[in-house]
Amino acid sequence: MTERFATGFHPFVLPFLAGMAFVLAVCAVKAAVVVGQLDKADRKKWLLSLIHPNLIIKNAVDIVLDCLIHVKLWKRNRILGLMHSSIAFGWFMIILLGHLEVLVYFPGKLATFYYPIFFDYFVEGGQHTVISKAMDAFLLLVIAGIALAVVKRFWSRLFGMKRTARPTLFNLLGLYSLWAIFPLRLVAEQCARAGNLTVAPWWAYSIALCTFMAVLPFTRYLHIPAEMLLITMRNAGVGITRPHKGMARVQADSCPNCGVCIDACPMNADTANLKNSTVYLTRQLRRGNEPRVREISDKCMLCGKCTSVCQVGVDGPKLRILARAARKYRITPDFSRISSDGYDTYWASGKILYFSGCMSQLTPNIGRSVESILRKSGVRYEWMDRDGGLCCGRPLHTAGRLKEAAALRKKNEEIIRKSGAHTLLVSCPICYREFSESYDLGSTKVAFYSEYFRKMMDKGLFTLEKGDTCYVYHDPCELGRGCGIYDSPRALIGKAAAIAEAPKNRAESVCCGGSLGSLSLDFEHREKITRASLENLYASKADAIATACPLCLATFARYADRPVKDLAQIIDEQIIM
Amino acid sequence: MMDFGFSLSKSSTMDLGKVDDLRFEQLCRLEPGAGICIGCGSCSASCPAGRLSGMSVRKVLLALQRGRSAGEMLQCCMLCGKCTMVCPRGINTRNLILSICKIYD
Repeated sequence: MTERFATGFHPFVLPFLAGMAFVLAVCAVKAAVVVGQLDKADRKKWLLSLIHPNLIIKNAVDIVLDCLIHVKLWKRNRILGLMHSSIAFGWFMIILLGHLEVLVYFPGKLATFYYPIFFDYFVEGGQHTVISKAMDAFLLLVIAGIALAVVKRFWSRLFGMKRTARPTLFNLLGLYSLWAIFPLRLVAEQCARAGNLTVAPWWAYSIALCTFMAVLPFTRYLHIPAEMLLITMRNAGVGITRPHKGMARVQADSCPNCGVCIDACPMNADTANLKNSTVYLTRQLRRGNEPRVREISDKCMLCGKCTSVCQVGVDGPKLRILARAARKYRITPDFSRISSDGYDTYWASGKILYFSGCMSQLTPNIGRSVESILRKSGVRYEWMDRDGGLCCGRPLHTAGRLKEAAALRKKNEEIIRKSGAHTLLVSCPICYREFSESYDLGSTKVAFYSEYFRKMMDKGLFTLEKGDTCYVYHDPCELGRGCGIYDSPRALIGKAAAIAEAPKNRAESVCCGGSLGSLSLDFEHREKITRASLENLYASKADAIATACPLCLATFARYADRPVKDLAQIIDEQIIM
Repeated sequence: MMDFGFSLSKSSTMDLGKVDDLRFEQLCRLEPGAGICIGCGSCSASCPAGRLSGMSVRKVLLALQRGRSAGEMLQCCMLCGKCTMVCPRGINTRNLILSICKIYD
């Protein structure tokens, strides 16, 4: 193996070097800005995590699994996983082995940066080594991945994707230059190996690389460096605290625009909402298009499905809540005028305190059934908001009025702490999420009624008789994706009746359309979403629908062609004394 | 003044001159529902803040249409959304309330 040229240089390497210098500089500046935007404590946490041995290993493993192998994508969609991992992993291996090749045979040339990229032009007879053979195999793997990408670009349905994100001009430029890089490399290498040293294919290869790197910071390909930063920050425990800045910015930059969230979004039952998916939110966040960010943020129902299917873990609901929080209002709530005097006694000491939530005032059957179950099982309880009470604060929280939500929480905390109850039993998942995530209730434990009833059943406090009705259970967003409770409602219904599963269930459950998360979605447009959600439940061929949320119950009851019941109602009907 | 044990209530004359039409139009653009309310009061009947503080979405909207201020009442709204669920006209009352909070003092 010998070098062909004593100089070891040709002007065609310049576009590549310029592109590389540009992309590295931009990424470094962007990373510095984002790190500067973190809260002081978060920044310290992140910097310390970079030298913590366990976290270094975790970061490395996560980066390899997520960014190179795309494990999450494999789990979701095998052919998409195959496509992305062949390109990402193949390319990474080519770069790695290319550098290894230079390190082994011409270590002095490593500092040129371009030698590993244009190796076959500068070196004669380099193709016979094991490293070179392996690189050829990886190049073919990448080209196979690119072939899949070409097919997906024009017939995404073959890949199981109904809709994909519409690419912008820059994204297309990035995409086509990425596609061009590898075939051009193949052609250039084969020419050089055959002894044909025309520089045309090498120029083309270098210019394709340069184009890709020059547009990278302005396209979805920014996710390649951004995702690595995101993984280290997530592992360090950095959260989103500021709208559009810090972690929020890293998440927006990490969105690869794959468009998986478009098909998943329940709002897209109405095609008018297609452009309100999280993929478009991140795009507008990057562009700083404030009016559109506001519009997209206000529309969303915050069901969290985009986050549950997202490959990089972009937290769509959180980004939206913070975008809402940046809004200015002239009238600010002041709850000092709302009195909580009526609750000032130790009336629930040593008992369960039952909180049914605002919504249950409109679905009184839930509260009645819970009360009946508790009475039949001989559990001592007090009903905190029997005649109406304060809101839990979740609606204000999701509307982005964070300070006001905190003020309301404080009022509730006072009441609950004073009551002396050992457990706060909650029958509304919206309230439950707020209670379990944001409240500080001291020694009072928070329990969702499905979990609590399941424990009661296991202890033998009540037994259920199996009825004939077949129920399909709808996972409420706030309960399933929000709090991770999927099994206890099913266990209870399974004892009280036959149970069927909808095609999309658990973390894939389709929002009922009644969500309080949306600020601007009106009544008429919610109907389509509700009907689409019901279709999914009907597909199970069950006689009736069961759910564990007063809002889902009221929303479904409006349009459903079969009975809709709350978990508590079903249990109460089938309980044996 | 002689005390008869009762008195005349204060005049509550509507002064349409005080109505800020431009603001109300702006409100209707942000939430078209503001224009179709029939004042049935379902929202007020279901309102948990109303029970605790006397707030009423119906009164707020009427006050705005009559040129009075309504900010104080809206300060008690907890945004729980029950009013949206019971509105027979399908008005997105939460958006209505937030829009009023944006536009009016």
